Amino acid sequence: MGAQLRVYKRRIRSVTATKKITKAMEMIAASRVVKAQRKVAASTPYATELTRAVTAVGTGSNTKHPLTTEADNPTRAAVLLLTSDRGLAGAFNSNAIKGAEQLTERLEREGKEVDMYIVGRRGVAHYNFRERKIAEQWTGFTDEPTYADAKKVAGPLIEAIEKDTADGGVDELHIVYTEFVSMMTQTAIDARLLPLRLEEVAEEAPPKGEILPLYDFEPSAEDVLDALLPRYVESRIYNALLQSAASKHAATRRAMKSATDNAGELIETLTRLANQARQAEITQEISEIVGGASALADATAGSDR
Amino acid sequence: MAAELHVELVAADRSVWSGEATLVVARTTSGDIGVMAGHQPLLGVLESGPVTIRTSEGGTVVAAVHGGFVSFADNKLSLLAEIAELSDEIDIERAERALERAKGEDDASAERRADVRLRAVAAR
Repeated sequence: MGAQLRVYKRRIRSVTATKKITKAMEMIAASRVVKAQRKVAASTPYATELTRAVTAVGTGSNTKHPLTTEADNPTRAAVLLLTSDRGLAGAFNSNAIKGAEQLTERLEREGKEVDMYIVGRRGVAHYNFRERKIAEQWTGFTDEPTYADAKKVAGPLIEAIEKDTADGGVDELHIVYTEFVSMMTQTAIDARLLPLRLEEVAEEAPPKGEILPLYDFEPSAEDVLDALLPRYVESRIYNALLQSAASKHAATRRAMKSATDNAGELIETLTRLANQARQAEITQEISEIVGGASALADATAGSDR
Repeated sequence: MAAELHVELVAADRSVWSGEATLVVARTTSGDIGVMAGHQPLLGVLESGPVTIRTSEGGTVVAAVHGGFVSFADNKLSLLAEIAELSDEIDIERAERALERAKGEDDASAERRADVRLRAVAAR
């Protein structure tokens, strides 16, 4: 076997191995998307009921709560960015980070300081590399977030917003995550979680136009709101974590699918080149034999004379 | 036959139980409360404790609920809890072990959780 042919064969073997790996990763991601989607669906009843309850208290009472009232001139905002722990997901993480950068820029233009809270190793690495300050970070659960994880993330954020701005608290809480629209479409979006705009919440509550009854609050509207709002934030963060996980798996699946396709194409091209090299080798051998034979014939013909 | 109300018991990550019931007893921060069909619209904060649901078939469903809310309107009752378990899902031995361990480690919240589980099983 010629040297060139051997090189091609080796490259084909290596690309084939890579293709097998990406194919396997694609299939794993596909099955995880389905699982993550199921989790999103399972968390919906709780979120819906909670939204209804928040709307009920918000519209049914005149309670003023620090979590629903806007500060007169907000000076500091917290931004929670959801990324993934692992890469190989196309533009998933860079889109989310870009979304966070744009939001930060906007907030800073409005004259607010921005505290970054980051979930996922990719986002943490991005900010650490640029030596930018991270207020708090969480890693290790982005593939399959649980409600306990969401609580862990929400805790310091709620604490920060309840503190006075002068003591290092924040006035606003924004979240940047990747919304799972469909298997093919995932978009990085930002949303303001707190202070709550009750009109927005009311819009989200599914049966529109429904008149909310006048509730009896047990023990009192303030206490109910006190207990309800942190749960609402947790549930929103939980939902965002789940959507982000589903989006990450969908992005991985797509990235791995195109990697598999590219590997297939590469193998085809390399096979053609290898065939060409083999054919060239055979042709050369034949011409060598023919050339050798005729030289031999010429030599013997010469000696006969 | 008594009037019925629709009950949804949902935890943060799943729907635990739903169906028709005649009476639901839950513990709010200001005391036990019983809700039957036609109750005034209500929104309350739940204490961790067992919730008893008397179903319209005459059976009883008991669930351990760890914090959350009860809301009632339009003859529909929603029980929202971060964690909720039906009493027949609870592993008694495990709960007892958890209680022992929590007592040993002085972990008040774990102790309360295990205690609520055991009380829910006892109320079955």
